Amino acid sequence: MEHIRTTKVEQVKLLDRFSTSNKSLTGTLYLTATHLLFIDSHQKETWILHHHIALVEKLALTTSGCPLVIQCKNFRIVHFIVPRERDCHDIYNSLLQLSKQAKYEDLYAFSYNPKQNDSERLQGWQLIDLAEEYKRMGVPNSNWQLSDANREYKICETYPRELYVPRIASKPIIVGSSKFRSKGRFPVLSYYHQNKEAAICRCSQPLSGFSARCLEDEHLLQAISKANPVNRYMYVMDTRPKHRMQSWWATQKDIGRIIVRISSKIWNDEKIRESDEKKRLNAMANRAAGKGYENEDNYSNIRFQFVGIENIHVMRSSLQKLLEVNGTKGLSVSDFYSGLESSGWLRHIKAVMDAAIFLAKAIMVENASVLVHCSDGWDRTSQVCSLGSLLLDSYYRTIKGFMVLIEKDWISFGHKFSERCGHLDGDPKEVSPVFTQFLECVWHLTEQFPQDFEFNEAFLLQIHEHIHSCQFGNFLGNCQKEREELKLKEKTYSLWPFLLDDQKKYLNPLYSSKSPKFAVLEPNTVSFSFKFWRNMYHQFDRTLHPRQSVFNIIMNMNEQNKQLEKDIKDLESKIKQRKNKQTDEILTKELLHSVHPESPTLKTSLCFKEQTLLPVNHALRTIEGSNPADNRYSEYAEEFSKSEPGVVSLEYGVARMTC
Amino acid sequence: MEFSELIRTGRAQAKLLRGPEAPPLRGTLCVTGHHLLLSPGPQATSDLWLLLLRRVDSIQKRVSGDSGTITLRCKDLRVLQLDIEGVEATLDIARSIEALSSLESVITSFPFFYRPKGLRLGDAWHFHPPERYYKRVARETNAWRLSEVNGDFSLCPSYPRAVIVPRAVDDDALARCARFRQGGRFPVLSYHHAPSGTVLLRSSQPLTGPQKRRCAEDEELLRAVLAGARPGARGFVLDTRSAQAAKQARVTGGGTEAKAAYPGWKRLHRPLERGWPLQESFVRLVEACGDLEQSMDRWLSQPEACHWLAHVKEALSTAYLAAQGVGREGACVLVHGAEGTDSTLLVTSLAQLILDPSSRTIAGFQELVEREWIQAGHPFQLRCAHSAFSHARPKHEAPTFLLFLDCVWQLGRQFPQSLEFGEGLLLALFEHAYASPFGTFLCSSEKERCLCEVRTRTHSLWSGLNQPKEQRKLRNPLYVPNPLAIWPSVELQTLRLWQGLFLRWIRPPEPSEVAWEKVWQIVTDKKTEGCEPTVSASEPQL
Repeated sequence: MEHIRTTKVEQVKLLDRFSTSNKSLTGTLYLTATHLLFIDSHQKETWILHHHIALVEKLALTTSGCPLVIQCKNFRIVHFIVPRERDCHDIYNSLLQLSKQAKYEDLYAFSYNPKQNDSERLQGWQLIDLAEEYKRMGVPNSNWQLSDANREYKICETYPRELYVPRIASKPIIVGSSKFRSKGRFPVLSYYHQNKEAAICRCSQPLSGFSARCLEDEHLLQAISKANPVNRYMYVMDTRPKHRMQSWWATQKDIGRIIVRISSKIWNDEKIRESDEKKRLNAMANRAAGKGYENEDNYSNIRFQFVGIENIHVMRSSLQKLLEVNGTKGLSVSDFYSGLESSGWLRHIKAVMDAAIFLAKAIMVENASVLVHCSDGWDRTSQVCSLGSLLLDSYYRTIKGFMVLIEKDWISFGHKFSERCGHLDGDPKEVSPVFTQFLECVWHLTEQFPQDFEFNEAFLLQIHEHIHSCQFGNFLGNCQKEREELKLKEKTYSLWPFLLDDQKKYLNPLYSSKSPKFAVLEPNTVSFSFKFWRNMYHQFDRTLHPRQSVFNIIMNMNEQNKQLEKDIKDLESKIKQRKNKQTDEILTKELLHSVHPESPTLKTSLCFKEQTLLPVNHALRTIEGSNPADNRYSEYAEEFSKSEPGVVSLEYGVARMTC
Repeated sequence: MEFSELIRTGRAQAKLLRGPEAPPLRGTLCVTGHHLLLSPGPQATSDLWLLLLRRVDSIQKRVSGDSGTITLRCKDLRVLQLDIEGVEATLDIARSIEALSSLESVITSFPFFYRPKGLRLGDAWHFHPPERYYKRVARETNAWRLSEVNGDFSLCPSYPRAVIVPRAVDDDALARCARFRQGGRFPVLSYHHAPSGTVLLRSSQPLTGPQKRRCAEDEELLRAVLAGARPGARGFVLDTRSAQAAKQARVTGGGTEAKAAYPGWKRLHRPLERGWPLQESFVRLVEACGDLEQSMDRWLSQPEACHWLAHVKEALSTAYLAAQGVGREGACVLVHGAEGTDSTLLVTSLAQLILDPSSRTIAGFQELVEREWIQAGHPFQLRCAHSAFSHARPKHEAPTFLLFLDCVWQLGRQFPQSLEFGEGLLLALFEHAYASPFGTFLCSSEKERCLCEVRTRTHSLWSGLNQPKEQRKLRNPLYVPNPLAIWPSVELQTLRLWQGLFLRWIRPPEPSEVAWEKVWQIVTDKKTEGCEPTVSASEPQL
């Protein structure tokens, strides 16, 4: 590679950011085309993918060498000290180049080769089939049909080819509506609730502006509410905070005046349904005062609902603040918590959760269909629709179902993964942790409902790892059209089959699969149920994790149970076989031998030993037990000898305690 | 009974509201000497509802029209509401509860009347005497002896009759030593760490006073400790006050060990909060937890609420330091604050939990609480007189023991396999420390307990807890004996609010409890399948 000048640097020190002393590991740093690799003196390897690097910083030269700080998108922060400044400079420059690629073709996914042939690769891509998924939901049916309007990406470039719309919505209506909606993202089906016959639909904001009205759009919404035979009214959820909209309108008083004029014109229109004159006038007065923005009168049987999820820029800076707070060592308790709260991160998580809960309730309690939109309908809308479906349908709480959910509401509906994750060297203002927030919401649900999810925390962390890794093709690009142009299915591999192969690592041992399909989760959103997700934001800071993991233990026990059951069956079948074959005395002897009470125990104890040596769940990154070799101790030892140095040195003139 | 004059009204019709999850109960309310009873009518299916009156922390009454409402806030942080018919009845009942719940006399308290089926008086009271611990120490080393110098509690009213002291120091020297320490609490053995041969000691502050007095016997005692440990051993005096506070204590006759008088000992200061500030943090935290309407913005960052976690962090890291001195540095550690009955015990007991695998078993933990808290003279009667809801002027209340339980809970979270007991035991200890039908936490010292004949006239909590039917609640299904020390992380990111305690009655029933049940299932399933030997076979692996 042309960017790499130095491939190997020796005597590099790696500092632990939460260590209270300056203790470090010494080892060798290697730079490859795809990874940065550090091997310490205990032969422990630390691999950092170039695509994971969010920020490289070279700090001022110190006596021990040149510090190099690397911040990763998976919240790993490593602090190297390179003895020679020249080497440090070379690595720094190489990493700068390697971590920011200009072209998709230079991403890791295009060179990653897991030794699979083409048919295996294709099979992998076919693992998740969205047509199958819509069939599972129960569409097409008498009310909903597959529309071929976007088959050639003619109406909306950022939507998938296959879209489901109400059967009574004709193509001209769809086309008309798409012109009224930002980026052409007209209302389409995201989730259909078979029992309630209610639907979750999604779209982008209406371009109300001057021509505050679009009849086709009104028709399409009518069609959606008619497609629900049980309930005639529907909800339109605007996921943006109301105050932002109001301030936008306040600056546009003139527009308000124009709208009054237009509205009065509409008023004279014969098509408008009869309604209370006074109410209408009030509404118009409100609009003139800059309070209204959606012409509710044009959409009958619709209830508008606002939920305040902030925009991508607020979220980005909120995460920034969060990372600043939890990255500072030695904070006091009150500073830590007030920092955590002033970052607003958990408040934003709660806002997303509240929106999803509202959505689920509207469908379950009121039987009403819901149309969700934000500005462009690919960030907050994706969050709310996917989380709402997750609350409603237990299928999405399985490993396979969760993959389907991500594939449907995020990938196919055009969440701009490449821009939001900064896969390429692009506009930093487009980067935002929208998907991370979604994963965190799911994590909060798994914490509240430990038995309702088939997957565990490690699964969420692994997915988070790969949205940034660019190792697989799934999350590359910003929409389906772009992905097809990149020929991802021919040139890269899909992540899902690899996760499925490793399923064992991601299983939740407490999962009870017996719950009915439409078991709704009703999460608690009082403030204490929102916690700081340590395993996400401190995934790589081993010293902060519990020393023993309940998950590992239970997994191991489950494994053993299974092994034992298998042993019992084996033995039983052996007994049967023998019995059938002969009735000799010799047989009974052997039989006795084979069911000797010690043999199964011995066998399983062996397998248990292996398992404790190699914990099934590596991904949880926990430390089993606390042994003298654990570097945590030695690190604290320094603190011990340093503790109260002021007092010690004052009173005794000795700075260190030794024995 | 002598309570009859305090009971103003016998009975009234009432409705009881018990928080969000439980349905309201209707029936006849009745006040007895020790209990509040609600007996549902004969047609109702539910059982008699019973509340120990000592459990009531504060009572609030309100009347409107011809009915009244009494809100009872209990010491275990539960809030109950009684809707009572009749204004007179309401006021009478409120007054009765108020009078009966604040009775100060120990010997008229409920434990002296409690006679449960299946338990014999006197059982388990001699389960954990210091003599028993001494037997263990004697097996490990010869440098210590059991002294009966305090047999009549004349040297130190807050110590038990028998204490473990260095063999080289005789009883006369101990008597002089006791005069040099506040409250007579001369240095005694708290824990002997067999692998390194070093010890953990506790005492109260030396009475050096402004003249910087010295006491030859006290110095000799500490010298004997070092000599008995191992050649060249050093000592640390861990003072749980700041250096400043220790210096100021001289004015009132206290102080701290002077450097020159105790060769080989170094002093460390780790200030721990005690007394009123600790109680206040507790009260504020409970207030914050009760206020569910609080917006996300201000929940934990309320300065008062997060002080509690700061106390947890400080206590844990001080205990870490003490444990490290004993277990890793090979040094003897003497812990004391001022009186040596609060933060001192907090540190020594936590340090033992970190170092000593046997104290992490159910029996071992009960022994630890008995030895390091109850017999070591933590004044439960004073500290736990009121919990977080009381409006009474606080005198000596402080949730030091609760802080200890919280720290143990944090340890259990970080080492889910290493403690034989679960949250259930910690919650039970919290409840019983504040109000209990058992006699274990009565009185403030061994001396008082002897005067009140607690041991012969009440039942021991330990015999109550160790009944087979209680085991499932208390036990940790994942326990695997871990012979190593468990060094906790004390970073903020690893400490959590103990929701199981502070939000126990506020949050709706947790699905996590259902999950816990499932863990039990997985574990017990396995055991019934005859796999138990494999668990023990894997022990040395850890």
